[in-house]
Amino acid sequence: MPPPNWSSQLIHLGAALLLLSSFAMLSQRRILSLVNLFALQGAVLSVSTAIVAYTSGASHLYASAALSLLLKVFLLPWILHRLIVRLNVRWDTETQLNIPATMLVGILVVVFAFALAQPIAQLSSAVTRSTIGIALAVVLLSFLMMITRRKAISQVIGFLAMENGLFFGATSATYGMPMVVELGVALDVLVGTLILGVFFFQIREQFDSLDLQHLERLKED
Amino acid sequence: MNDILFGGFQALLAIAAAPLLLGWVDQCRAWLQNRRGAGVLQPYRVLRKLMRKDAVIAHGASPLFRAAPYVQFGAMCLAAAIIPVVSITAPLAAAADTIALVGLFALARVFIALAAMDIGTAFGSLGARREMLIGFLSEPALLMVFFTASLICQSTLLPTIVGTLAHRELVIYPSLAFAGVAFTMVLLAENARIPIDNPATHLELTMIHEAMVLEYSARHLALIEWASALKLMNFTAIGLALFVPWGLTAAAAGPQGLAVGIVTTSLKLASAGVALALIETVSAKLRIFRAPEFLATAFLLAVLGLLVHQLLGS
Repeated sequence: MPPPNWSSQLIHLGAALLLLSSFAMLSQRRILSLVNLFALQGAVLSVSTAIVAYTSGASHLYASAALSLLLKVFLLPWILHRLIVRLNVRWDTETQLNIPATMLVGILVVVFAFALAQPIAQLSSAVTRSTIGIALAVVLLSFLMMITRRKAISQVIGFLAMENGLFFGATSATYGMPMVVELGVALDVLVGTLILGVFFFQIREQFDSLDLQHLERLKED
Repeated sequence: MNDILFGGFQALLAIAAAPLLLGWVDQCRAWLQNRRGAGVLQPYRVLRKLMRKDAVIAHGASPLFRAAPYVQFGAMCLAAAIIPVVSITAPLAAAADTIALVGLFALARVFIALAAMDIGTAFGSLGARREMLIGFLSEPALLMVFFTASLICQSTLLPTIVGTLAHRELVIYPSLAFAGVAFTMVLLAENARIPIDNPATHLELTMIHEAMVLEYSARHLALIEWASALKLMNFTAIGLALFVPWGLTAAAAGPQGLAVGIVTTSLKLASAGVALALIETVSAKLRIFRAPEFLATAFLLAVLGLLVHQLLGS
């Protein structure tokens, strides 16, 4: 079998694993496992980016694979772990909607994303074009996770997972964004997480909880 | 003619070896829990003990109660004749496809649940209700797993599926990976293994399968136990056939091929047993109300497999 075929299979497998990890995050109740799943998703993303780099010969993708390995597998999970330990929220499990219902909505979201991506994928000429639907689904699923979670930390993890999906989408549709943009986004995410980490402490100090429902009433009475 | 002999031999082998697989899984669990275990032949000893005893049947039991163990055992034997265990040619494979196979499992389940309710004890009805709850959630997931494999191979006949998957050059199917995870979850739920039900429990709050067969004794109980072991065997064989199809022989391979098939299948079954014991040891039993969540996840993974197959075409 010729090499391009093999690597496209591997990319498909990576895409499927990405989708699987998204669903695992959606169904996860424990925040600690959520962070571990996020690290796993980062690892899958990094490996599949490296495979795309190898297949397409776009050498700058190796750099972004290394960047996402460093940032999403080691640095961000480490920051989140520290936050969790210091906030002492390892077992928090608040969801707005019960898990099976969320999963069913998740399936609908995936169907929607796949249907939406079908015509877009026809326009692209990259070997990875069929995975655009999966990237879109990962973005929407992370969005769903941000909507259905009450706690600030799981919402932030949803936000970070959404960035994973966007990154994967960019890689699979156009072999990645320019390096400057990628570096900028990576730094944005890092700084955003740091700032949100500070916010967590502020929120908790103010309301004695990380439940964001308290933020809906901002008027003092 | 050769085919029929070959297939019949394979089905009998599966039926005879089923308690051995159960014993092996129990033995592995015992080792993993630092116990010595009762040995791999323990299920056979239990069967022999039960066969020797006199059957006691509750007052007011209808003929259904007596018939249910035979129906269940018969259904499982029939399923064993449909599933390719050692060779691709199963004797009754042409008679039933995967959808009929799911129906066959449902038949056995419905009869044993009816028999449990027949006596009218609280435990029997409770177990039957729980079993039907698990059943109605795991069946669609199982069907979806089969549909994924059928879409890839363009057939719902198990031998055709296995033949296509085994004799193609090595291709990675992401959809089959999803289906594999879903199938493992369904296997655990259907066979009353640990995250859903504990096969060794007699604690009334948690038991599902055991609650249904409390009223049975002697040969009826032996048949039910044997049928449960056979069900585990059938599910493991389906899983191996769908996801690790290599090493199954065709009938034309003759006795030598059969020997090779038996050796590879035993190796695969043994490692599947170890994996099963490992899963059961590291996971805790779920509360009964979490079971729908577990099975909804299995269904979802199977549907995702279908969707991914549609999108990626692989």
